[in-house]
Amino acid sequence: MKSTGKVTGIVSNLVTVETNGPVAQNELCYVTCGDTRLMAEVIKVTGKYAAIQVFESTRGLKNGNEVEFEGKMLEATLGPGLLSSSYDGLQNDLTTMTGVFLKKGEYTKPLDETKLWDFTPTAKPGDNVVAADWLGEVKEGWLPHKIMVPFAFKGEYTVKSIVPAGQYTINDTVAVLTDESGEDHDVTMTQKWPVKVAIKGYREKPRPNRIMETGVRVIDTLNTIAEGGTGFIPGPFGCGKTVLQHAIAKQGDAEVIVMAACGERANEVVEIFAEFPELIDPHTGRHLMERTTIICNTSNMPVAAREASVYTAMTICEYYRAMGLKVLLLADSTSRWAQALREMSNRLEELPGADAFPVDLSAIISNFYARAGMVVLNNGQTGSVTFIGTVSPAGGNLKEPVTESTKKAARCFYALEQNRADKKRYPAVNPIDSYSKYLEYPEIREYLSEKVGKGWAEKVEKTKNIIRRGKEANDQINILGDDGVPMSYHDLFWKSELVDFIILQQDAFDPVDSLTPMERQEYMLNLVLDICDRDFKFEDYEKCRSFFQELINILKQMNYSEFRSDNFNRYREQLNNILNENGK
Amino acid sequence: MANKAFQRVYTQLEAITKATVSLKAKGVSNDELATVDGRLAQVVKTKGDLVTLQIFAGTEGIPTNAEVAFLGEPPTLKVSDQLAGRFFNAYGQPIDGGPEIEGEEREIGGPSVNPYKRKQPSQLIPTGIAGIDLNNTLVSGQKIPFFADPDQPYNNVMAQVALRADVDKIILGGMGLTNDDYLYFRHEFENAGALDKIISFVNTTEQPPVERLLIPDMALTAAEYFAVDKNEKVLVLLTDMTLYADALSIVSNRMDQIPSKDSMPGSLYSDLAKIYEKAVQLPDGGSITIIAVTTLNDGDITHAIPDNTGYITEGQLYLRADPDSGKVIIDPFRSLSRLKQLVIGKQTREDHNQVMNTGVRLSADAQNAKTKLENGFDLSDYDLRCLDYAKEYATRLLAIDVNIKIDEMLDTAWELFGKYFTKAETGIRQDLTDKYWRQS
Repeated sequence: MKSTGKVTGIVSNLVTVETNGPVAQNELCYVTCGDTRLMAEVIKVTGKYAAIQVFESTRGLKNGNEVEFEGKMLEATLGPGLLSSSYDGLQNDLTTMTGVFLKKGEYTKPLDETKLWDFTPTAKPGDNVVAADWLGEVKEGWLPHKIMVPFAFKGEYTVKSIVPAGQYTINDTVAVLTDESGEDHDVTMTQKWPVKVAIKGYREKPRPNRIMETGVRVIDTLNTIAEGGTGFIPGPFGCGKTVLQHAIAKQGDAEVIVMAACGERANEVVEIFAEFPELIDPHTGRHLMERTTIICNTSNMPVAAREASVYTAMTICEYYRAMGLKVLLLADSTSRWAQALREMSNRLEELPGADAFPVDLSAIISNFYARAGMVVLNNGQTGSVTFIGTVSPAGGNLKEPVTESTKKAARCFYALEQNRADKKRYPAVNPIDSYSKYLEYPEIREYLSEKVGKGWAEKVEKTKNIIRRGKEANDQINILGDDGVPMSYHDLFWKSELVDFIILQQDAFDPVDSLTPMERQEYMLNLVLDICDRDFKFEDYEKCRSFFQELINILKQMNYSEFRSDNFNRYREQLNNILNENGK
Repeated sequence: MANKAFQRVYTQLEAITKATVSLKAKGVSNDELATVDGRLAQVVKTKGDLVTLQIFAGTEGIPTNAEVAFLGEPPTLKVSDQLAGRFFNAYGQPIDGGPEIEGEEREIGGPSVNPYKRKQPSQLIPTGIAGIDLNNTLVSGQKIPFFADPDQPYNNVMAQVALRADVDKIILGGMGLTNDDYLYFRHEFENAGALDKIISFVNTTEQPPVERLLIPDMALTAAEYFAVDKNEKVLVLLTDMTLYADALSIVSNRMDQIPSKDSMPGSLYSDLAKIYEKAVQLPDGGSITIIAVTTLNDGDITHAIPDNTGYITEGQLYLRADPDSGKVIIDPFRSLSRLKQLVIGKQTREDHNQVMNTGVRLSADAQNAKTKLENGFDLSDYDLRCLDYAKEYATRLLAIDVNIKIDEMLDTAWELFGKYFTKAETGIRQDLTDKYWRQS
C-alpha cells in the first residue's frame, strides 16, 4: 500500500508533510490543492515528517491537505516519438496542453499512445539478451530507433516470442522475455527510467577519440570538443552565450540533439520553435526539428522543475546513446539549476556553502557531467553523449561557485569575455584563457592529423602562440606608444589581429560565414598561417596598419563567400596580388 | 478588500518583526490575504498552526492583540475597460478621485504563458532615438531595462519612448517614485493627450516600501487583460526595479532567510524573472512589452540586481553622460537589444546590420585612441579620424535628444563613414559599399 500524509507546513514551494508510512528520498508524490493535484518530490525526511518540493505554485495550499506518495522516483518516459517533441522539465508535452496559459496541475502524456510505428524485429526467439540489448527497430523520422530490453531488467533473459514486422503502438507488446527463473515479461516499445539515475547497459566507456564538428571556428579550430566530451561556456550576460549555443545546435554534427532550456528566457525557446522546423540540418539535409528534442523550463516556470529538466534531458540523451547514436546535449544554463538548488537549500535552512549555494554543489555538478561520454555497447557499436553547458556567473566573475565547480568537471572551457563582446568581436570566446583538454589526448591529435590535416594540432598551437604574442606586443604598444616600439611589434600585433578577424570572429547571422566545415577551416587557417609566416617590410606603422587592414578586408570577403565560388577565388587572387606586391 | 461575513477573526499575535507578524490560526491557505489591524497582509509561511503574514504597510504600532481577519483569497485586481486613463495605488484602489472600477476580479501574479503558445516577436517599435532604433532596436513583446545612474534622466527618456511608441495601452508601474516624478509622468501623459490609453499603478517614496511588491503584478495583470482578452499591444513601464528588489530583500531578511550576493534573497533571479517573463507576443496579435528602469550604483552592473536583471531581460539600454559631446547618450558598447536581429534588415534596410556593427566598432577604435591620448602618446592619422568620428557619431546618433527616422539614421552613418574613413577601414561587405557609400 502506498503511503499517504497531510501537509503541516508551507514556505513557498517547500512543503512539510506528516506521513503515515515509509517514504523514500526523491520519491514522487501528489499534493491535493483545491481540485488539482500538484506533483512534488521528497527532498528530506526527519522522523515521520517529509520535506517535499512542489513542482508548481503552492498558492491556495492549506495545512491538512492530503498527500499521496507514488512509491517511485521522478521518471522519464522513453520510446519512439521523443524527437521533435517539446517538453517541460517534467516531460509534459507542451504542444498538447490546452489554453495559452499553463494550468496548475495539468499533466500531459509525453508520447503519442495511438500512433502506429513500423516495427521490424531484429532479435529472434531463443536469443539470450540483457538490459539495453536491441530487439527491433522503428523508423523515427530517418533515424533507426532501437527497441531495447528495458534498462530496469536485471540478469539474463531469453526471447520467448517477438512479433512479426508490422504496425504497433508504443503500448503494444512486441516481445515476451523469459527470465532466469522461468517467469515471462512483456516488452513494449516504451519504458520508464528514473531521471536521477544514469542509464548503464553498455560494455565500457573509453576515452573519447574523435572530434565533434560544430562549424564554429573558435571551437573546431582552436579548442576542439571531442565526441562524447564535455565543455562549458561561462559568460556574463550579453556576451553571446545563447547565440553560440544555438549555432552549435543548428550545426553540430550529431544525430540527435537535446536542448535543455533551463531557467532561461522563453523567447529564446520560441526562437527554436519558430526557426528549427524551417532550418535544414547541414549534415543530412533533413529538417533540424526531426533530430531535436526540446526540454524547456523557462525562468518563469516553477523553480523546482528546473532541476528536473536537466536530468530529464540527460536521460533522453542516454536512451538514444544506447541505440548507438551520436547525441549532443546543450543545457542553458546550468547556473539556473544551481540557483534552484540554492533556493531549496535555503528554505530547508541548511548551513550554506559559498555564496549561499549548498555545500554539495560541486559533487552534484560533476556527477551530472560524468553522465556524458562515449560508450561501447554490448554489441560492440559505439554511441556518445557530448555535453555542452552554459554557466551564467554572477557579475561576470568566473571565481564563483558554479563556474569553479564546473571547471573541475568539464574538459573544454570556452570563456566568453565582456571586453570582446563590447568590441562586437563575436563569438566573444577569449582565445587565450579558453582551452580543450582533448587537444592533449594522443588519440585525438592522431585523429586530427589524419582527418583534418597533417600536423594539425601543432598548427593550432602555433596559432594560439600568434595570438598570445600579438597580445603582448599590443600591451607594449599601449605602454610605450606607437613610436616607442620596434616595427616588429606592430607586425606581431597585426598578425594576431589577422587571426582574430579571420579565424576567431564569425558572423552567426551570415548564411555563409555562420557555418564553416572542417575542410574550409583547414584551408583558411593554412592561408592565414602562411601570411603570418611571411616577413613584411613597412616604412612606418601606419603603412603596417593599412596593409593588414586591407588583407583583413579581403579575407573577410572570402569568409562571406561560398567556399571555392567565383567570388571566393577572385578575392583569393586579389590577396595574392597584394601579398606579391608587398611581401618579400 | 472589505471585510466579509463569516470570516475567522484572531486577536492573539505570537511574534512581530518590522515586516511580518505570526499567529496561531487554522485552515489558512498559502498566499492568502488577511487584514491585521486594518492593514493588508499576505500569508508567506505556515508551520503547523503558526502562520506568518507579511504586512505591506509595515508593522509600526501593531499591538499583540491586533485583530487579524483572513480573506480567503490571494490579491486580486478588478479588470475592465474602465481601467483606462486611471491612477491606482499598490492595492489597485483609485488615487485620482475617480469612481471604483467595476469588472472581473482576477488574481494577480497568475500563471505563465505556455512557451509553445508564444509567437516570435517580429514588430519593430520605433522610438526616433538612434541609440535605440539603430543600435538596439526594440521589438514588441520584448523586455528591456534602462540601466542608469540615479542622476540620469531615465524617467524622461522612458516617457518619451512610451509616447512615441505605436501601442494601444501604456501601463505605468511606479515603485518608490518621488512625488515629483509621479507628477512629471502625469503631466507628460496629460500633455500628450494620451491619458485615455494610460493606466498607472503608483507607489511613491512616501508610502511603505513593502507595498511596492504588489506593483509589478498589478500592472501586469492589467496588461494581460488588455493583451490577452482584447488582443491589444500593451507597453508596460516599470520604474524603478532596483527599489522593488530592495523591498524583496527587506522581507526575506525579516523572515530570517540566508542572503546571497549583495544581501539579496537567493530567489532574486526567479522573483525578477516572474515579472519580466510576462512580456509576450501572443498568437492572436496582442502583446506585452516591458520597458523597465534599474538604477545603478555608480555604473556598477556587477551588483546582484542589474546582474540578475541582465540575465533575464532581452538586453539593456545603458544611459551615460558622454563628456566629449556633452550629451546623455545610449552607450553603444554596453547596450544591447537581443531581439534586434528579428527586425534588422527585415523591417529595416538591408545595410542596417553592417552599418550598426561598423559604427560601433569604429567607436571602439576611438576609445583606444583616447586611451593612447590619455597615456600621452602621439596619435596616428587614423586615431585622429576615429576621435572626430566618435564625437560626431555621439552627437548626431547616440544622443537621447535625437528624433529621426531609421533610414535617416542609416544615411547619417554612411555620411560619417565616408567623411572619416576609407571603404577598407570600414570592412563592410562590398555589395553594400557599392550601393550606399557616400564620398564627401
